[in-house]
Amino acid sequence: MGDWRTVTVPLLSSDSKNIFPYTSERKSPASMSSEVLRLSLPSAKSMHSFFSAFCTEENIEQSISYIDRELTTMGFPSIYVESKGKELDLVSMVNCMNELLVLQHKNLRAQEEIEIQHLKLGSDMDHLQNCYTKLKEQLELSKREIVGLQERDRQLQSKNRNLHQLLKNEKDEVQKLQNVISSRATQYNHDMKRKEREYNKLKERLHQLVMNKKDKKLAMEVLNYVGRADGKRGAWRTDKTEARNEEEMYKVLLSDYEQRQKQLLLENTELKKVLQQMKKDIISLLPPQKQKPKERSEDGPVLSDQEEDIGELNKENMWELSCETVREQLTNSIRKQWRMLKNHVEKLDNQVSRGHSGALNEKDVISREDHELETGKLELEIQQCKEMIRTQQQLLQQQLTCDDDTTLLLQDCYLLEERERLQEEWRLFREQKRNFEKERKSFTEAAIRLGLERKAFEEDRGAWLKHQFLSMTADCKSENSTTPSAFLRSADTDLRLVRSASQQKRPPSVLSTTASPEPCQISQYITQNSVASEKPAADYLPNLWVGSDGKEETEECTKTWEDSGLDTLCRNLHMEQLP
Amino acid sequence: ILHLYTCTDQIQYIEWSSDSQFILCAMYKRGLVQVWSLEQPDWHCRIDEGSAGLVASCWSPDGRHILNTTEFHLRITVWSLCTKSVSYIKYPKACQQGVAFTKDGRYMAVAERRDCKDFISIFVCRNWQLLRHFDTETQDLFGIEWAPNGCVLAAWDTCLEYKVLLYSLDGRLLSSYRAYEWPLGIKSIAWSPSSQFLAIGSFDEKVRILNHVTWKKITELEHPAVITNKKTIVYKEVEKSPTLGTERLSFPPTRALASSLFSTQSKYDICQVPVSLNYIKPVADKANPKVGVGMLAFSADNCFLATKNDNIPNAVWIWDMRKLKLAVVLEQLYSIQCFQWDPCQPRLAVCTGSSRVYLWSPAGCVVVKVPGEGDFQIVSLSWHSSGDSMLLLSKDHFCVCYLEREEVK
Repeated sequence: MGDWRTVTVPLLSSDSKNIFPYTSERKSPASMSSEVLRLSLPSAKSMHSFFSAFCTEENIEQSISYIDRELTTMGFPSIYVESKGKELDLVSMVNCMNELLVLQHKNLRAQEEIEIQHLKLGSDMDHLQNCYTKLKEQLELSKREIVGLQERDRQLQSKNRNLHQLLKNEKDEVQKLQNVISSRATQYNHDMKRKEREYNKLKERLHQLVMNKKDKKLAMEVLNYVGRADGKRGAWRTDKTEARNEEEMYKVLLSDYEQRQKQLLLENTELKKVLQQMKKDIISLLPPQKQKPKERSEDGPVLSDQEEDIGELNKENMWELSCETVREQLTNSIRKQWRMLKNHVEKLDNQVSRGHSGALNEKDVISREDHELETGKLELEIQQCKEMIRTQQQLLQQQLTCDDDTTLLLQDCYLLEERERLQEEWRLFREQKRNFEKERKSFTEAAIRLGLERKAFEEDRGAWLKHQFLSMTADCKSENSTTPSAFLRSADTDLRLVRSASQQKRPPSVLSTTASPEPCQISQYITQNSVASEKPAADYLPNLWVGSDGKEETEECTKTWEDSGLDTLCRNLHMEQLP
Repeated sequence: ILHLYTCTDQIQYIEWSSDSQFILCAMYKRGLVQVWSLEQPDWHCRIDEGSAGLVASCWSPDGRHILNTTEFHLRITVWSLCTKSVSYIKYPKACQQGVAFTKDGRYMAVAERRDCKDFISIFVCRNWQLLRHFDTETQDLFGIEWAPNGCVLAAWDTCLEYKVLLYSLDGRLLSSYRAYEWPLGIKSIAWSPSSQFLAIGSFDEKVRILNHVTWKKITELEHPAVITNKKTIVYKEVEKSPTLGTERLSFPPTRALASSLFSTQSKYDICQVPVSLNYIKPVADKANPKVGVGMLAFSADNCFLATKNDNIPNAVWIWDMRKLKLAVVLEQLYSIQCFQWDPCQPRLAVCTGSSRVYLWSPAGCVVVKVPGEGDFQIVSLSWHSSGDSMLLLSKDHFCVCYLEREEVK
């Protein structure tokens, strides 16, 4: 290719510009290729001029010989005939031209391919360059991030170290303070002990002084010695008493321990009972194992053990024993059964979950159907109950919330009822009161009658005595004449007193101080009855106030009068002098 | 007033004998103890400690011996009113509860200290013979208390060390309990009446309960400042302004009117949970700080425990022992001075230094005002053993409060 450059074609034409720059410069293959490109697309005009530029009519032979030389150097056969000189071999020339055309085509194609590849490579390169720049940027970024993170990590580490250091310092300080405290404590203890020893010495000295200074007066002065609280005498200190003290002390301790042991035994039996109960409940909760063959195969040995356990430990007498083995057996059996119960519950849970998701097992389907039936039944029941409740509520509502008139009426009815009841009671009460009044009246009448009778009797008696007196002493006439009046007066006062007593319930003391014995007796009777009347029991009164009883009482009173006849006469005589 | 006795000097301490026949009057300044008899007013007894001085004096459970603690706790002298014998107990410990009698009065435990070590001696009260003498592993024994069943003795250390030691009647160490090491320890201790539980109140505002079977802690009861449990009932004392009918005002005002004007009524309100209580942070650098559970008391039927946290001085916390949960909180207007359970029923009486006494029972709670003119500031109270009446004490007065029984128809 260097030949192209060194050959300078001495042609100057308008289009030689194209060639000069091309031939006189040394170009890189890239630029060469671009020039080749330019070269391959000349315009027709330039082509034409280019062709005429190389060969003119003056240098035909030179140009032909040049061309021949070039062709022979390229490996083509010579265009001259037998290399004689000036005769052109047309055939070889045409062949050479054809060969050159074919070459040209090939070159063009190669050039095209190269250009395509070149373009591809260019685009690849661009792409790669972009990627490269992007990756470089990313790398930069990540490097910066790494640096940042490293920085943070470093800071945190340093902080961590600081904190560790602080913690260590604090711990050291704490340790130091503890040491300080303990050392101070020991120091204080030591000082305290020293001071205490000094103090003890002082105390000893003081004690000696106190004991030495015998007080002349008795330290204790007592009027007389008092007996012991429990009445026994004091005992001398002997070995026997010491032994007895020990014995008593141990007795006290033992009784306390026995009591505690009893309580613990009680607690134990209670707890054991509870455990047994729990065991029975667990056994009852567990389903009977016979219906499930597969489960039986699993729990076969366990079942037999369980049955054995049940057999053994359900015996009543085994409770009482509290030895280690029985306790262990009980707890172990309960644990076993608890585990079985847990498994059973888990299985049920699984069954339920399987039932929710849809079961293939026929048994499950049946159980589900049963379950649904049951739920249906329960729902029906609930419905019925609800309806019943509703109807009952309605009825209640009707009863309670009638319109206002009916409620008022109802209320009035209730009030009327109550009122009637109260009126009934009032009536009864008034009746009783009336009875009471009647009887009281009858009694007062009886009393008045009594008084009258007494008066009459007194008059009779007086008259009789007067007769006696007159018969006995005919001299004392004037005195005797006053007696009947005195008696009358007294009888009057009696009567008045009786009336006032019956009408006003005066306290008995007043009556007794003013009255004579007969009114005393009557007043006693009156007070008895007045006291009785004050008692609230209504039924109590009629018994006392029955007229016949009153008569009996008055008869009794008359009897007592007859007994104390003379006494009363004397008192009456005294009464004369009083008014 | 049945009798009036005159002592020679100001009385510091007075105590009935266990059979209520004698009264002991101790005059610490003179070192004298005088005993009076109720049956025979002419009988007199006078015990003179002389130069030994007197710091404390008490009866023995049989009511016939008097135990005098001399000054500086040099010795305890046991004077007998029956015989001429005198016994001495040397080296008694100068602590809060150094002498403890069992409930049945058979045994007496005395805390002693010899050569900087603590010991406990158990004596038989009948003949004052030494039964057991053993040392305790405490730094500085602070107090001892018998369980109500008389078989276990609890001994606890000073508040600088949290330690409770449980000894059996024959001197064996049954168990020792320590909750924590360095902070301030035990402030108060109480046995339950059945001897089942031992409640330990400490300076960390918690009560720990030990059970009598294993002597291990069964629960911790906390006293937080905010109550959030929905099942707790909180009663809060609220002042209500006195209502006054204007037509009854008259001049000069009558006595009753005046007292009702100046005295405030109060009643209980139920607060909704969550309730925050009045929490006081104690001063840090003083000894015996007002922190922690300072008062503990079990009810007579063993069902309730009443506590007071000194950080929250206006509240009484009542715990249900069957469920081991907080049942009720009573929040008062002033700080709690004293509370005591009724010896028969689960009924708690509380006084706060005002003129009202507060009663709580599971049926509810009530405020009772002490009637009278002026202020009757109740400082302490004391139930009668039958549970029907109680004594209310102020600084220089006392009043008896009767509780009527409602007839059940």
